[in-house]
Amino acid sequence: MSNTSSYIEIKDLVVKYGKVEALHGISLNVKKGEIVTILGANGAGKTTLLASISGLIRPSSGTILFDGQPIQNIDSAEIVKRGIIQSPEGRRVFSTLTVWENLLLGAYTNHDKQKEKDILEWVFTLFPRLKERLKQLAGTLSGGEQQMLAIGRSLMGDPKLLLLDEPSLGLAPLVVRQILAAAKEINERGVTVMLVEQNAVAALKIANRGYVIEVGRIVMDGEAHALMHNPEIQKAYLGG
Amino acid sequence: MDIFITQLSNGLAIGSIYALVALGYTMVYGILRLINFAHGDLFTIGAYFGLTILVSFALQGNVSPLIIPWILIIMAAIGVAIIGFLLERVAYRPLRNANRLAAVVSAFGASIFFANALKLIYSPNRQSYPADIINLPNIPIFGVDIQSKRLIMFGTAVLLMALLYWYINHTRTGTAIRAVAIDQGAAKLMGINVNKIISLVFIIGPALGGAAGVLMGLFYGQIHPEMGFSFGLKAFVAAIIGGIGNIPGAMLGGLLLGVVEAIAGGYVSGSWKDAIAFGALIVILIFRPTGILGERVADKI
Ligand SMILES: Nc1ncnc2c1ncn2[C@@H]1O[C@H](COP(=O)(O)OP(=O)(O)O)[C@@H](O)[C@H]1O
Ligand SMILES: [Mg+2]
Repeated sequence: MSNTSSYIEIKDLVVKYGKVEALHGISLNVKKGEIVTILGANGAGKTTLLASISGLIRPSSGTILFDGQPIQNIDSAEIVKRGIIQSPEGRRVFSTLTVWENLLLGAYTNHDKQKEKDILEWVFTLFPRLKERLKQLAGTLSGGEQQMLAIGRSLMGDPKLLLLDEPSLGLAPLVVRQILAAAKEINERGVTVMLVEQNAVAALKIANRGYVIEVGRIVMDGEAHALMHNPEIQKAYLGG
Repeated sequence: MDIFITQLSNGLAIGSIYALVALGYTMVYGILRLINFAHGDLFTIGAYFGLTILVSFALQGNVSPLIIPWILIIMAAIGVAIIGFLLERVAYRPLRNANRLAAVVSAFGASIFFANALKLIYSPNRQSYPADIINLPNIPIFGVDIQSKRLIMFGTAVLLMALLYWYINHTRTGTAIRAVAIDQGAAKLMGINVNKIISLVFIIGPALGGAAGVLMGLFYGQIHPEMGFSFGLKAFVAAIIGGIGNIPGAMLGGLLLGVVEAIAGGYVSGSWKDAIAFGALIVILIFRPTGILGERVADKI
């Protein structure tokens, strides 16, 4: 599915943990401005895929092209600078730092003060709760608020491509809707989004396209509405 | 009461040195879960650098006694910081993903290397800072004459700690150091270069340790190549008392250890002071196993 207009294009990606292969040759692409969701059960390899994009793990073979440049051998700090920012699974906020300090760290690579201010304003309009809790330690926030902080913190780095790893994990349905609505809004502001989810219904509602991973391989892909109505998907992920 | 105030001032002075050294243990532990057993030797190296600078630039008599400590501290701190930086590169970084025991062995190796290098370069015998470098009158506090050099020593150490505290808590890089100590993976996702932060910690900790060595030489006079062993051990205990990995904890632990030790020495006897001090500290650890300000569970050592 090679496509010249791909913003990020992954080809035959193989990733191993020691001798155990977790991704057996994954290929996928995301175009500029899209929301693409990656669906799959626990242990399928979704987090591993995002970790290799973010430069946390070196793939053993395959390529990752971002904006036409290979990035599979570039280290994580440089990847953030180029505009690929990840909000990790389980939120991973810095729990003994304040909300404000967490946001500041999100802007670690951004040295443009004015831009930092503008983004901060935007983060506060997306998640007004964060503004009320700026001085609080991140570890004292509720799960939903921590997720808002994790996403807000990623935005502070001024992402071009935002990687969201299971943002709905462990949250009440109402909060899930809020978070995914925010993801949609972020996308409408021009940020390309890769959304990893187990909650297929919620993810497919906001995505343009989706891929399904099973044990390290892509087994299906297509337009979001087509996937939503695909009987196999309905059986496996939508409880229908 | 007089004994109490005198011993309190002695205790705070030596305690502030323990605290400076304890900071190096605690910062490295916080970021790598590694106990840098060579840190005590960096303190010793600082003391020797200070003496060398003092002698080779003939500072005494030519420069104000209030300025001399700062010249020595800054130059020795820079020298020891370079050694700390190299220590991490050579002895610890290659073992980052090896098992923990390998790094411990490497730390002891580095410690032995430093002590012996000092013996070779200087001499295995004691050496002395001139006794009269800082020759100022005593200052009365609550009716008790306190040696002004104790005050200068304490004030200098506290100032260095205040600077560190400000840097760690109020600058972006300081915040990044704390973030790396909490979650390296998440810190990488912020675009923080974790290796650079680790190097920075191996610059700051040894710089403070080197500064402490200079203060030790200036105010207690005698130095020898192996003094870092027992002194480092005490500073390490101070870090544990405060809660290892916790920066204000190391400051508090150092001061507390110094004071308990001095008071025990003043009221009981000099030869019992270590036993009493360590006994008191064991009691603290019985009631707070993670140290006074430590929060995390005791999976530490
Ligand atoms: N750090 C690791 N070391 C070894 N194996 C791992 C590690 N992380 C994940 N795995 C394995 O890789 C596979 C994919 O895991 P992961 O990417 O976390 O899946 P997902 O995010 O889809 O739940 C699983 O079999 C998992 O056990
Ligand atoms: Mg996962």
